[in-house]
Amino acid sequence: MDQTSIASKVAEQFAGKIVSSGEYAGQSFITINPPQLVEILIWLKSEQDLKFDRLMDIGGVDLIDHPSEPDHRFEVVYQLLSFEYRHRFRIKVAVKDDTVPVPSLWTMWGMANWMEREVFDLFGIHFEGHPNMRRILCHEDFEGHALRKDYPIDKRQTLSRPVASIMTEKQEWA
Amino acid sequence: MWPMPFGTACCAIEFMGVVGPEFDVSRFGAEVVRFSPRQADLMLIMGTITQKMAPVLKQVYDQMPEPKWVISMGACASSGGFYNNYSVVQGVDELIPVDIYVAGCPPRPENVIDAIHQLQQKIADERSSKYA
Repeated sequence: MDQTSIASKVAEQFAGKIVSSGEYAGQSFITINPPQLVEILIWLKSEQDLKFDRLMDIGGVDLIDHPSEPDHRFEVVYQLLSFEYRHRFRIKVAVKDDTVPVPSLWTMWGMANWMEREVFDLFGIHFEGHPNMRRILCHEDFEGHALRKDYPIDKRQTLSRPVASIMTEKQEWA
Repeated sequence: MWPMPFGTACCAIEFMGVVGPEFDVSRFGAEVVRFSPRQADLMLIMGTITQKMAPVLKQVYDQMPEPKWVISMGACASSGGFYNNYSVVQGVDELIPVDIYVAGCPPRPENVIDAIHQLQQKIADERSSKYA
């Protein structure tokens, strides 16, 4: 199924729940609000002629001071792929600020676990229902979120604790 | 020398070329690579050292018995390279003393062999001055 027919099929099914839609680099996307995310993704995963059974990636975007002046600060971007039909689709979730939680997808896709932790680590967006919302890339003493546009570009944070204290902390591998 | 490779990035792949038959570092007496810091006297830091990795590097260095020397191989280990950002240590000399810095991204095997040469010369000079 080509990009425009996927986009129109989704728009038809979820009329009124889609904030905006568009196309970039030959791929259609829709922008939605966090409460609708799980509902739309369950439908995309189970619909017979779509079958987006693979979550390729989750990324974050910080839109502070962006020239388009959106009324939300962050976006969480979900890249979907269907193994059977070999088509792709992109979902953007508009997140007003870091107090708004986004529903976690890890019950649908186990691999969402670490990718949501990465978005949390670098952008500070919280995922509701995530079993282990800890930093994944930056060290434990890191303060702030490094890929936010207002993080000072020359700010350095060292980890000076000895290895032993890091290794013996309780680790939960959910 | 008894090198202990602390390889965290692509410079470690280049080091495999150094110990391989083409360049053959055993011609210069540093071919027995030890993977335990307890059995090594030369630490080869090859690759980007992140802030999260820094305590591990410090601990491995502390585990090496005296006397010990350090070669910082490549731009990342020596200065952070082009990773001037929130996550990368800007040169391992912030953490441990370094004897020889090797330029390059990655360095040629000849550069690494030259570094080992220079270090052997340095050690020889130290010895002669101490027992003169």
